[in-house]
Amino acid sequence: MEVTISTAELLTTDGIPLKQSLRKAERRNKLRAFLLVFPLLLFIIVTFVMPIGDMLLRSVDDSQINSVFPNTFNEYKNWDKGADELPPEEVYKSLFFELANGDKRQIGKALTRMNYAKSGWKSLIKKTTREIKKIVKKGEEPVSYKDTFIKINKFWGDPTYWYSFNQMVNDRSSIYYWNALDRTFDEDGDVVLQDEKRRMYIKTWLRTFKVSVYVTIFCLILGFPVAHLLANLPLRYSNLLMIFVLLPFWTSLLVRTTAWIVMLQQNGVINGILVWLGVISDDGRIQMVYNEAGTLIAMTQILLPFMILPLYSVMRVIPKSHMRAAQNLGAKPAMAFWRVYLPQTIPGISAGGLLVFVLAIGYFITPELVGGKDGKLIGSWIAYHLKTTLNWGLCAALGGILLGIMLIFYWLYNKIVGIDNIKLG
Amino acid sequence: MALPSYASPVQRTYYYFYLFFCTVVFFFLIAPLFAIIPISFSVSPFMVFTEGMLAWPPDPEAWSIRWYKNMIGDCSADVVSSTVPCSTKWMVGTVNSFYIGIIATVIATALGTLAALGLSRPHMPYKGLIMAILISPMIVPLIITAAGMFFFYARINLVYTFTGVILAHVALATPFVVITVTATLVGFDMNMVKAAQSLGAKPMRTFFKVIMPLILPGIISGALFAFITSFDEVVIVMFMASIDQLTIPKQMWAGIRQEISPVILCMATCLVLLSIFLLTTVELLRRRSEKLRGIKAR
Repeated sequence: MEVTISTAELLTTDGIPLKQSLRKAERRNKLRAFLLVFPLLLFIIVTFVMPIGDMLLRSVDDSQINSVFPNTFNEYKNWDKGADELPPEEVYKSLFFELANGDKRQIGKALTRMNYAKSGWKSLIKKTTREIKKIVKKGEEPVSYKDTFIKINKFWGDPTYWYSFNQMVNDRSSIYYWNALDRTFDEDGDVVLQDEKRRMYIKTWLRTFKVSVYVTIFCLILGFPVAHLLANLPLRYSNLLMIFVLLPFWTSLLVRTTAWIVMLQQNGVINGILVWLGVISDDGRIQMVYNEAGTLIAMTQILLPFMILPLYSVMRVIPKSHMRAAQNLGAKPAMAFWRVYLPQTIPGISAGGLLVFVLAIGYFITPELVGGKDGKLIGSWIAYHLKTTLNWGLCAALGGILLGIMLIFYWLYNKIVGIDNIKLG
Repeated sequence: MALPSYASPVQRTYYYFYLFFCTVVFFFLIAPLFAIIPISFSVSPFMVFTEGMLAWPPDPEAWSIRWYKNMIGDCSADVVSSTVPCSTKWMVGTVNSFYIGIIATVIATALGTLAALGLSRPHMPYKGLIMAILISPMIVPLIITAAGMFFFYARINLVYTFTGVILAHVALATPFVVITVTATLVGFDMNMVKAAQSLGAKPMRTFFKVIMPLILPGIISGALFAFITSFDEVVIVMFMASIDQLTIPKQMWAGIRQEISPVILCMATCLVLLSIFLLTTVELLRRRSEKLRGIKAR
């Protein structure tokens, strides 16, 4: 019998080499899979990723004011600051015309921005604009624009106002990021601390970290034994007890926050019980809500399920025989727990800990409602600047920093646990 | 889990302390939710247990459903209290919440399920990166999302519209659908798809007749997660909806912030009941799904 080994390339029935054909099929499969994902990917990019990117751009954007006073800023850049205390005539002249002819709304916006750089700008320019418009109406042309300005208001002869232009003449500015860290620029453009009374962000950042760390620790202390119990009970009972963990998880955040206000307020349930038990007197009721304690208690309860669930899923698969084996070999129960059981729960502790910490850092609703004055976290400042002061640059910068911190921790989470291992319920 | 008979007294003490501690934690988790239910039936306009409610024998005078009547917009004489405003706002909010929630759920479920099907295919390119992008709305703090969306949607005139709110809610809700459906598709027997196709079924028919019935429990769970996400969401609504575009959470926020009205507790009670219902449904669906996929209970 003769055996022939074909050395030719393998071909499909169409005569195309098999390799090529397989590659083509692979490509088609990839495309098909991608097409299924594409609508959602596009949707998320347009409705979510682009807004976040837009916010980050806004946090460094300083172009609005440059579009209002383009000539003034150009002349200002040309000014050789070493020579004169006050800017030359051209700067005054272009400012004169840009104030006289500018769009009132745009100037108004620019003034808000100028006030961040130096307070006092807003009223100065408003007053000056009024006078300038009078002069233009009369049809006079000033001999010296510089003198006219100084005649209108003596502050135009104060160089510190002019120096504050320094931080506004560029389209991009890091001022909002520095502001978000209680820093600002001085006249020479160096970074300095804000005035004492305007420093509030560092304090809030530190409090945000402190509260998040405390909440994580409390959740771990409360969650560890419970997860252990759930993981070691027969399934019938643990499924039943699991409801206690999952029900808060499914209940509206606002409901849980309201519930804590009802529990903790001065004539609330807990104070009532304490008075009834005689622990405290009727006038000695403890203030537990609308302060940092309220934030801590409420956030711990709200985030506890996020600690218990990852711990539970790790503990569930630790064989019970390990503890028995350790004790069999002579370890005391405490020793066996410390040397054998605990190390095996580290993945669960790190997953739950990171999750709780990251969620706590970005928390807004609960601290805002139960935090009172000294329990608010950084999220409250973002909302305040977004809605009340309309200082959107600072709002975006605070958001940008928070986002950066979150991403670092999520990167860690992804390294340790894996984002696609997130499970629900 | 029971204590062995040879346990020493110290071990016994530890064990009972451990059980006691766990009981306290369970109590801590659940008690606040149930404490509000009786208070919502109080006559008093303050959110407290009144003396009459705690009296024995029960004092019927101390209990009433006046705040529930207030909640559904019944402002008749016996309901109105001088300190608690009565309006149809709660009902308007309920209608809006369901309206936004249902539309957002339908869109999120459709997009999320398709994406999960794609992500579960073995040939998916850049799977990690795409998954990270798709999950990101769940990860980024709501307040940052709200700020970013507010700036961006203001540029395209979508702020103060329901459309803007719905788009935002769909973005927030899809990660839950993607995660739940992807989890259901793990262990899905792809041979069934091949079998259907070899018998001549077109892709659409394969999906609706073979894949969909098998992963339906996962899809429904995902949809419920999506619904509750939208239904509970308050931060986006606060910034993106106009003043008169009320939803239940927004109205509750206002209630806590400004008027501390006992009507909040009535709505809270309804929401607790809703969450019990949803939790039960999801749990039953999960069991059904595991049964369908032939996974034995752990």
